[in-house]
Amino acid sequence: MWKSLLLALALLPGLSAPAVAQSAGASAVGAAPVAGPSAEIAKHIADVASADAEVQEAAAVALGKTGDRKILPLLEALREGSVYVRPRPGGQKETVIVGDKVSEGDKTLVPLFRAYGREALTGPDGKPLLADLTTLEEVSTGRRLRIAIRPLIDAFSGQSDLANPDPATRRAAATKMGYTGDAATRQVLEDALGKERDRWARFALQEAIALIQLRTGNDGERVAAAEALGRLRSANAMEPLYQLTGDAQTPAPLATAARAAIKRIERWGLFTQAIEIAFQGLSLSSILLLMALGLAIVFGLMGVINMAHGELMALGAYATFLMQGWFTAHFPAYFDYYFLVALPFSFLVSAAAGLLLERGVIRFLYGRPLETLLLTWGVSLMIQQGLRLWFGAANVDVTSPRWLSGGIPVMIGVQLPYNRLFIIGLAAVCVGAMYFLLFRTDAGLRIRAVTQNRGMAACLGVRARWVDAGTFALGAGLAGLAGCAITQIGNVGPELGQNYIVDSFMVVVTGGVGKLLGSILAAVGIGGLNKIIEPGMGAVFGKVLILVLVIVFIQRRPAGLFATKGRYAES
Amino acid sequence: MRSLEAWGLLGVAVLLVVVLPGLNALPAGSALRISDFTLNLFGKFLAYAILALGIDLIWGYTGVLSLGHGVFFGLGAYAMGMHLMLEIGTRSVYGNVLPDFMVWNQVTELPLFWKPFYSVPFTLLAIVVVPALFAFVFGYFTFRSRIRGVYFSIITQALALSTWLMFNRNAMNLGGTNGLSGFKSIFGFTLNSAATQRGLYVATALCLCGAFVLCRSIVRSPAGRVLIAIRDSETRVLFSGYSPAAFKLFVFVVSAVLAGVAGALYAPQVGIITPAKIGVLPSIEMIIWVAVGGRGTLLGPVVGALGVNWLQSLLTTHYPDLWLLVLGGLFVAVVLFFPDGVVGTAQKLLKGGGHLGTMGVRLTGPAKPQTEVPHRQAR
Repeated sequence: MWKSLLLALALLPGLSAPAVAQSAGASAVGAAPVAGPSAEIAKHIADVASADAEVQEAAAVALGKTGDRKILPLLEALREGSVYVRPRPGGQKETVIVGDKVSEGDKTLVPLFRAYGREALTGPDGKPLLADLTTLEEVSTGRRLRIAIRPLIDAFSGQSDLANPDPATRRAAATKMGYTGDAATRQVLEDALGKERDRWARFALQEAIALIQLRTGNDGERVAAAEALGRLRSANAMEPLYQLTGDAQTPAPLATAARAAIKRIERWGLFTQAIEIAFQGLSLSSILLLMALGLAIVFGLMGVINMAHGELMALGAYATFLMQGWFTAHFPAYFDYYFLVALPFSFLVSAAAGLLLERGVIRFLYGRPLETLLLTWGVSLMIQQGLRLWFGAANVDVTSPRWLSGGIPVMIGVQLPYNRLFIIGLAAVCVGAMYFLLFRTDAGLRIRAVTQNRGMAACLGVRARWVDAGTFALGAGLAGLAGCAITQIGNVGPELGQNYIVDSFMVVVTGGVGKLLGSILAAVGIGGLNKIIEPGMGAVFGKVLILVLVIVFIQRRPAGLFATKGRYAES
Repeated sequence: MRSLEAWGLLGVAVLLVVVLPGLNALPAGSALRISDFTLNLFGKFLAYAILALGIDLIWGYTGVLSLGHGVFFGLGAYAMGMHLMLEIGTRSVYGNVLPDFMVWNQVTELPLFWKPFYSVPFTLLAIVVVPALFAFVFGYFTFRSRIRGVYFSIITQALALSTWLMFNRNAMNLGGTNGLSGFKSIFGFTLNSAATQRGLYVATALCLCGAFVLCRSIVRSPAGRVLIAIRDSETRVLFSGYSPAAFKLFVFVVSAVLAGVAGALYAPQVGIITPAKIGVLPSIEMIIWVAVGGRGTLLGPVVGALGVNWLQSLLTTHYPDLWLLVLGGLFVAVVLFFPDGVVGTAQKLLKGGGHLGTMGVRLTGPAKPQTEVPHRQAR
């Protein structure tokens, strides 16, 4: 070690040997810590480097028990295997932590850190001290030691996380400590609970305390803990409780309490599951609604079923993907906001594609719905294959912005993810906007007029063809929005549109054409049914059952939920 | 003229049934010989042509666009496939009497609905009856409630999707996504002998001729006139005292049977049937055969099925990425520029036409609304 230090210093021009000796001495003086470890800790630090595994482990555990935060880096370093011993003058040895390796010529140099508090050791020139790895003695750490260290580290990091200003971090820390902690951890948790104000962090703390109590307390405490866990409806407690009931050595009162708690938690689990299913159904419904709104209005207006609607949705999804890539390339700092730009962008891309489709081909086929259906199917195949050739057949990866990950906990065991909430909100806003447009604006009046009676509206000066084009573009844009939304909860691939198109047709058929309320009810019904049936009978039977239900439904109401009343013959 | 047309059709029939397999039977190396592969491919196409005839009957003549005919094709093909699977017996990879995929899925006993397929007469009956029954039940409920136009198309598409999903499931005991394959023999004849394949080809060609004659007699009968009337104005037919639902149900069932027979002929010739043949995409591809050939003519679907599939096998071997683009383009082009298809356009060009297969009825009106959507109407 000295050799390398001398070598390093000798390389510096203008330094003489006495200067080296002097500054080396200064560094030795400086090594005396300002607030050094107590004698006891210092002994444990020395023992951690022992070749005897038992001494080593005992020392590590003892260090952990001191609760001194400056010990944490050493424990972490022990786990990583970056603890070394460096010889000191006078035959003494010092336990040090080494940093990342640096190659210099044929030597491997490492920066050195003090074991206590991980302060960088500095050389005489005030620069970080670099040592040749070969002059150091590695402290071997066996698997057992690492296993023994882990809960100690968790307790330490947990402690600091418990003081974190972010409630979510505090919650996560408490939960983690509940799994691994011991009696000492419990005290820490109880202290934290006394100060905690956040409801969910309090819950996590209580759960963790009870879990620890269940493991480490005396018989009475354990029974109380089991009861407390039942009261908390803690899903995390299911496994330890099950183990208790399965274990023949569990005292009878504890086993009874555990069983009661399990029952209580299970019942709550069913309830929360139902809420989750309802919520997932609602977000699926929102996507379907966004798709079906456009389809239904266009169908009502022009009698056109747009088979390429799903592909317009896929275009919206890929537009989001492109926007994400553009932000990564040009504004990585604002990456989280890409989604806000992607929303209008995907709307515009799909709307432009829709406009092109209407102006380019569909308008020539007015009054021939079956032909239009075939034509749009052909277009959808071409778009699909185009996407496949351009972006590849594999799914592309769209990352959620940070503000859409995570969720709001609304009750124990139920967390509403932000991305799904966002989608529901988006659909609600779109429906509101559509309602406003259709029933409160001149443009909406024209759309409704052409929908009701094209010829008469045209006679009164409404440009029916413009209304067609505008409405078609609007519907396509809504599909684009749906595509943008779907990137947050599903896969984005060339076949994306196909997965949703049949369901959205079912919504249109059930809801009736050109009816907002019908579309909403049908979307909620079909989306919800899909999710309700799925867990019990599987997605396949869900689809089949929905088809059967739709057919039966149309038997009763051939024109959908809300048929326009009137006396006229078809054709 | 009539007799000329009849002679022409007879000539084509002889060519398909006698001449082509005859050329295949020539000794190897002969200049005129058609390879086994080509004949087999042609046999497959002819099976498709039978299916296309059925679609033409319901779509071209009756104006009902079904996007679920892959289902009926699949029912026929699976019925035949199940018999062929059972005929393998212990010659399978696992040497078990059960089909391989059942051994693989740890099914220990043959499911009940498989057992009757040991019998040849039952299988032949099932090929006809199962699609017919299915079409009858489905058609009864949809036509009865006057689901028509695009509504019917969408419902049948959902039918294709659901059936596809069902057949993909291993729990159905129909081989899941891998379908039925590994057939060894059909009714005792080894499948990989050229003679058996030739026999299958001849059977297919004969069935096609039979289907053609059947369709011709249907569209030429008074009932055929009603079908065309339904296509042109269903409401007027209703007001004239006919029941469009009954007529539509009848053609729907006939076309389902034709599809089932086509499937049954397809399975042994290709050697495999999977759910991929019965989904949404194949079902709608069948429509394009008819559209390209010329709907509302009887020759059109045959020409279309042969032509489009020939193009497909050509493209997928040389430019696999292009096929879907071309297929999509075909849809667009046919709808926009050639609504009468190849045969229809040819007839128009020849003028004075209405002969080759059209039976003298003026068919597709270019811009005439065929199906109306309720709310667009005046009150």
